[in-house]
Amino acid sequence: MLALEKLKKAPDGKIDKNKPESQGISVFSHRHTGVLDVKKIFSRPKSLKDVPFHYCPGCGHSVIHRLVCEVIDELGIQDRTIGVPPAGCAVLAYNYFDLDMCEAPHGRAAAVATGIKRMLPDHVVFTYQGDGDIAAIGTAETIHAANRGERVTCIFVNNAVYGMTGGQMAPTTLPGQVTTTSPGGRKPLRDGNPLDLSAMLALAAGSVFIERTTVANPKGVNRTKKAIRKAFQAQLDDKGFSLVEVLSPCPTNWKMSPVDSITWVEETMSKIFPIQVIKDVA
Amino acid sequence: MSAKTLMRGTHVLGEAAIRSGCRAYFGYPITPQNELPEYMASEFAKRSDGVFVQAESEIASINMVIGASATGARVMTSSSSPGVSLKQEGISYLAAMELPAVIVNMMRGGPGLGNIAPAQGDYFQATRGGGHGDYRVIVLSPAYGQEIADMTRQAVDQADKYRTPVMIRGDGMMGQMMEPVVFPEPIDPASLPVKEWALTGAKDRPSRIIRSLWLDPPKEEELNWRLMRKYEAITEEISDQEAYLCEDADIVIVAYGTAARIAKGAVHRVRSHGVKAGLYRPKTLWPFPGSLLASMSRDLDNIVVFEMSAGQMVEDVRLSVEGKCPVTFYGRPGGVVSTPEEISGVLTSVSAGKAKKSA
Repeated sequence: MLALEKLKKAPDGKIDKNKPESQGISVFSHRHTGVLDVKKIFSRPKSLKDVPFHYCPGCGHSVIHRLVCEVIDELGIQDRTIGVPPAGCAVLAYNYFDLDMCEAPHGRAAAVATGIKRMLPDHVVFTYQGDGDIAAIGTAETIHAANRGERVTCIFVNNAVYGMTGGQMAPTTLPGQVTTTSPGGRKPLRDGNPLDLSAMLALAAGSVFIERTTVANPKGVNRTKKAIRKAFQAQLDDKGFSLVEVLSPCPTNWKMSPVDSITWVEETMSKIFPIQVIKDVA
Repeated sequence: MSAKTLMRGTHVLGEAAIRSGCRAYFGYPITPQNELPEYMASEFAKRSDGVFVQAESEIASINMVIGASATGARVMTSSSSPGVSLKQEGISYLAAMELPAVIVNMMRGGPGLGNIAPAQGDYFQATRGGGHGDYRVIVLSPAYGQEIADMTRQAVDQADKYRTPVMIRGDGMMGQMMEPVVFPEPIDPASLPVKEWALTGAKDRPSRIIRSLWLDPPKEEELNWRLMRKYEAITEEISDQEAYLCEDADIVIVAYGTAARIAKGAVHRVRSHGVKAGLYRPKTLWPFPGSLLASMSRDLDNIVVFEMSAGQMVEDVRLSVEGKCPVTFYGRPGGVVSTPEEISGVLTSVSAGKAKKSA
């Protein structure tokens, strides 16, 4: 038996169904027949549609989409999960998630999600939003959804820039960061400071789980998946509002190579937005 | 049918909505409509299947309406003029996503914060769409307590039938006034047809998307033409008006809602002085019920349009009449409520050939 297959076996020898088929690569093994046997242990999650992503090379959205779908598959909730995409780069998320999906006006995802969840309390409802969507135009809707303890989960993708509109300054743009609307770099006393929405949401009594992660490196990807799973679990347990903020590279609008973008997330962005569990009372 | 009940307009709206299978209400306080959310909060607190959320803003409440409607629920929100302005973004989305919803506007004096007195300055906003893009909203205008109950049932049914937002327009006077009402029989929401488009989780069926984004212009055009065909059907099927004492009339006053009740009093007054006056009361503001008025207009000496605004519906009247009869406008904007005496004076002077300009 190969090491990767061993990984999937529980101590009693049974295959652990909770171990996803996403922990490794294809495994080739020869049986006594001598026929090449291909066992598939890495595949597209069931709740992710088989269509090419439109996202730019080096963008974090496709990884984050995949992680959300892996968690949904593992929790076995594809048939009772409803997603609410944003206006922004992920506006077309409904083309990728094989789930019932309801578009929201820019920033209003938390309110739309509230309407859905209140009517279908047994369902799992999540929003998928960028920083401009959730932390600028949608600040009020998000804070009040958290404060009401809405049993919804927000996936907050923070790339410190308005991506779809072409790289304008976002609420999360770092001081000094050059964008198309802060050409000399963001000046806090003129342009404001990066808004730590997750910390603000943690103050709301209705929020139960908030974690900031990144998909800039493999460790971060694994941690992001765990955080997403925990956030969904908090909702399944009817505890309250949960959110995972994911620091995500945007090489196109940062005007960096994908590799430099990853370094920038790790060395610069995460200084202002530290990778950490911000609140966990779930 | 229920027994006859004496009830204020805002409560009639709420009770009729609940009896029409509405189990979700999302709102934000604003005068003069607060008795409606209060009624919904207290009624839904008594039952296990009602959802009431007081949102943080009108914007949030209309977006909660989007979410609830997307699940197939019959859903209502209400506000007054400034709050309805804030809802316009969401109403445009509801129209584009073809989601049913009932939106109540108890209009007040404007523009801006204006005041809380009865007014009709939001006619353009309601009948021209209100938000961005090419769309219309069905706009119902009750004038009497009983009609508030009947039109609320119609609004909920039409929203579902046409998959479109429906607006009910009133004002603080109609909201506060207590009138006798007989309610329609209650509907069990479970008995309603299943909505094959609703988001309920993709269990044993393909996943569904409710959206308004069509990046490919021919697709967006297709949506627009589909909406226009729907609006044509709506115009054909639901345009409605009351033509009161119009058969032998020489002069007809066109007015809706509270203004129509005042106008009706004026019609009675001038008739007692020998002026053959009638009242033409649009019950649907959009679609505007202009065809009967147009056919009547050849035989009329005068049409007077009376609005509690600086003149908005008068444009639809002129478009309908197409110059076949002189149209005079009289209006009091800003929350001023005319008396029947004042309006009968207008009718008398216009019919005597002294067309009176706006006050």
